[in-house]
Amino acid sequence: MIKALRYTVLVVLTALFISPLVFVLLTSFKSAREAVQTPPTWIPNPFTTQAYERILTASDTPVFRWFLNSMLAATANAVLVVVTASLAAYALARLDFRGKKIVFALIVSTLFVPPVILVIPNYEIVGRLFWLDTLLAIIVPTAASAFGVFFLNQFFASLPLELEESAFLDGATRWQVFTKVVLPLSKPALATLALLSFLTNWNDFLWPVYVLFSPENQTLQAGLSTLQSANSVRYDLLMAGAVVASVPVLLLYLLAQRFVIEGVSRSGLKG
Amino acid sequence: MSVARRSSAGVAWLFLAPYLVLFGTFVLAPIVLGLWISLHSWDFTLPGKPFVGLDNYVDLFSSGSVSFEPFWNSMQATGIFTVFSVPLLIVVPLAVALAMNQKFRGRNIFRAVFFAPYVLGVAVVGVVWRFLLDRNIGAVNNYLGTIGLPDATAWLSSLPAAWVALVGVTVWWTLGFNAVIYLAGLQDISAELYDAAKVDGAGSWASFWHVTLPSLRPVTMFVTLITIIASANMFGQSFIMTNGAPGQDTRTAIFYIAETGLQNFQMGEAAAASWILTLFLMLLSVLVFGFFRLRGGTEAS
Repeated sequence: MIKALRYTVLVVLTALFISPLVFVLLTSFKSAREAVQTPPTWIPNPFTTQAYERILTASDTPVFRWFLNSMLAATANAVLVVVTASLAAYALARLDFRGKKIVFALIVSTLFVPPVILVIPNYEIVGRLFWLDTLLAIIVPTAASAFGVFFLNQFFASLPLELEESAFLDGATRWQVFTKVVLPLSKPALATLALLSFLTNWNDFLWPVYVLFSPENQTLQAGLSTLQSANSVRYDLLMAGAVVASVPVLLLYLLAQRFVIEGVSRSGLKG
Repeated sequence: MSVARRSSAGVAWLFLAPYLVLFGTFVLAPIVLGLWISLHSWDFTLPGKPFVGLDNYVDLFSSGSVSFEPFWNSMQATGIFTVFSVPLLIVVPLAVALAMNQKFRGRNIFRAVFFAPYVLGVAVVGVVWRFLLDRNIGAVNNYLGTIGLPDATAWLSSLPAAWVALVGVTVWWTLGFNAVIYLAGLQDISAELYDAAKVDGAGSWASFWHVTLPSLRPVTMFVTLITIIASANMFGQSFIMTNGAPGQDTRTAIFYIAETGLQNFQMGEAAAASWILTLFLMLLSVLVFGFFRLRGGTEAS
């Protein structure tokens, strides 16, 4: 009896917790008038995709273009993070060289540097590289992931040495050992890092708001604030924009939930 | 021959090179450049960037200067937000994690639901809640009215309601993240400890107090630290939901730094402000660390 009551409370709280998102999704299929009606309706009547048609094609708020920009930036960023961090982490986990401890300590200590300290100088650096108002500004600077190196270094260090040893005995080179033995064994860790990097880059907000200016160069997150200033009372349009900006990450999350949640709980450092 | 010795140091540096180029250019160089910028009157768009020594810092600390009030106003906003959001984000996720640690049907679905908002960007979260919290047409005021509560609160443009809104939305958005970290900590506590407590006659409350909480101390410290840092870096929620309103009261320190440096291009002053904020954060982290260490020490003895 108490168990059933507790379960009911949990179900109600959970439903309440997620109801804002359900309401937003439904609102994106309402007419402009119904979206701001009080008291609010839940089921759209009539059901319409007007809001989506309008925002996807508007020239001042090209949401579809933003979607492509975000997709390209987040994918490129994730690839860059995984490639550079895995190479560096492998060297730190398995190779001997002078200054290794210093390099590792330097990288790990920046995990504790608040990112705000980098914003102003990185704007100057990105400006000098002529990357302002380009996707390169979104892709490259955040790819220097100290978290990625730390995370993969721990993973590589935990792999059994025997496999690498026997590959060497078979005459493999260092590069072959890395690409044919270590990387295939590390797929879950690489997938987790790629996923977390993609999510973080997709959702990044402050940086794209200030380094991207042209309407056609925005990412979805930065674009949403443009969309809001352009249509401050058209909540049907704003909610459709919010849905477009959320669907890819929610889908990724649903498909790869295990990696996302395990990645966060094992390291928690990405925040 | 060990795995490590099979390759020369040159190979190691080749592996490291791509990462170190990025790391040097976008992490190490900016830390130094930021200090350098803070010692100048630095406008990105102007050719001359005169050296001004510590003037930017002195300005931020002298009550007569133009930047004094807006800067400390924004530091206060960040302080208020941190003070109210951090305790909630330590306690509520723990409660959620404890619930999720029980065995019941569909546990994974519940867990997935509580984590879901965290994968949304702050822009989405802000736009969505600005709509739901709208004073006139928002669903929140409407349903509050239905159950007999005040139905005309200006959630986004009056105090203290705006703080309630900003803190509440942030808790909703990020509680799943902290809960997942707690959950991993809970699953690491060995069953033997609970069994021993049971043998000693401890009820569920006593075993929570004497087994669960002490075992979670390192996890709690970690959650506290990352939550303080995340809260002190709050930007998007105020940028989108309140735009700093009423007045500049909910404009946070990061908001001030970004606006000053990247919109008005007073980058020297903004760089100085970000160093002051960073020093505050580091000091706070040391205090939190010390607090947990101290508590650990007295209980162990």
